[in-house]
Amino acid sequence: MSGAAPEPTAGLKLYHRPMSFWWWLERRAYFKFIVRELTCLFVGTFALLTLMQVRAIGDGPETHAAFTAMLSSPACIAFSVVAFLFVLFHAVTWFQLVPTTIVLRLGEQRVPGSVIAGAHFAGWLIVSVVVAYIVLRG
Amino acid sequence: MAETLRLEVSRYRPEEESEPTLQSYEVPYNKDWVILDALNYVKDQLDGSVTFRWSCRMGVCGSCGMMANGEPKLTCAVPLTDYDPTRPLRIEPLQFFPVVRDLVVDITSFLQKLSNVKPWIIRDDVEATETVEFRQTPAELDAYKQFSMCINCMLCYSACPVVGLEPEFTGPAAIALAQRYNLDSRDKGAQVRMEALDAHEGLWGCTFVGECTKVCPKNVDPAGAIQLYKMASATDWLKSVLLPWGTK
Repeated sequence: MSGAAPEPTAGLKLYHRPMSFWWWLERRAYFKFIVRELTCLFVGTFALLTLMQVRAIGDGPETHAAFTAMLSSPACIAFSVVAFLFVLFHAVTWFQLVPTTIVLRLGEQRVPGSVIAGAHFAGWLIVSVVVAYIVLRG
Repeated sequence: MAETLRLEVSRYRPEEESEPTLQSYEVPYNKDWVILDALNYVKDQLDGSVTFRWSCRMGVCGSCGMMANGEPKLTCAVPLTDYDPTRPLRIEPLQFFPVVRDLVVDITSFLQKLSNVKPWIIRDDVEATETVEFRQTPAELDAYKQFSMCINCMLCYSACPVVGLEPEFTGPAAIALAQRYNLDSRDKGAQVRMEALDAHEGLWGCTFVGECTKVCPKNVDPAGAIQLYKMASATDWLKSVLLPWGTK
């Protein structure tokens, strides 16, 4: 810290603007950010349900059948639809941000952000196709 | 009749009022003007008491940052023609900073944060003298040049809600400037800076809203600098866990 340096604003009556509770509605980008942050709750809950399903499989056919029946309830289906939409939003918004976090160079040239983001989307598509193939096959 | 534009200027006169109010001024809607020209018209022709900072008028000094219709803008770089003359243009001081008077904000905390990240070349192996040269290749210059374009206009602080919610947060420009020196081939101070920034109020306070990069008038990309810094910090931590004998 600066030690004994005098405060340049000492004696002035500064106005401190309070931050509104609704700050996240003041700009579209803030709202999008908050939605992106909230989506992690749905991502986490969906991951938890998947883990519980794995455990139900391990506990035997009856437990798994009961768990599957619970997942088939209208409330669970409604949650799954909402969670799916939020997971999509979560994945798309984060993949769009990836070029900011990864700097790749090929020789002297920086790999364009669109290529880095595109590679992530392509990877996502390939994994989705593989998973869909495994699930729908049988 | 010449077209005019109504400026709604935030006024805060601490000796008279406890909080800011808006005051309207009609200014010519001159298509060659930037916002700062309109403010100077107010100052010179209509009301000499309106207080604001400016200096170079060419996007170099970084002192004329203000909120224009709620968006952080460098007022010397934004033409009036970006705004609809049939609607008022609201000019306010940069948000998330204490207001000293009218459009002037207190930047003491910013200057403190800036010096905390040691934004200068750190070398303890060579004594800097006028005869010492640290040469660089164009590629080495290119590695940090983007982050060196920062003019400390503080628009990024005004766009970052974390700065508003957590005033102790080091903030975009200071972290980007730290990264500028970390990436400089002449510098040896990355570890020293990491010690100052590897904390919640440092790097990890950033939640990647990304608005700092969008409002930057110099395309510095502070959000990118912070995320790269986080990657470096996380990699350091991982190395210290996996390779405790060889972190340095």
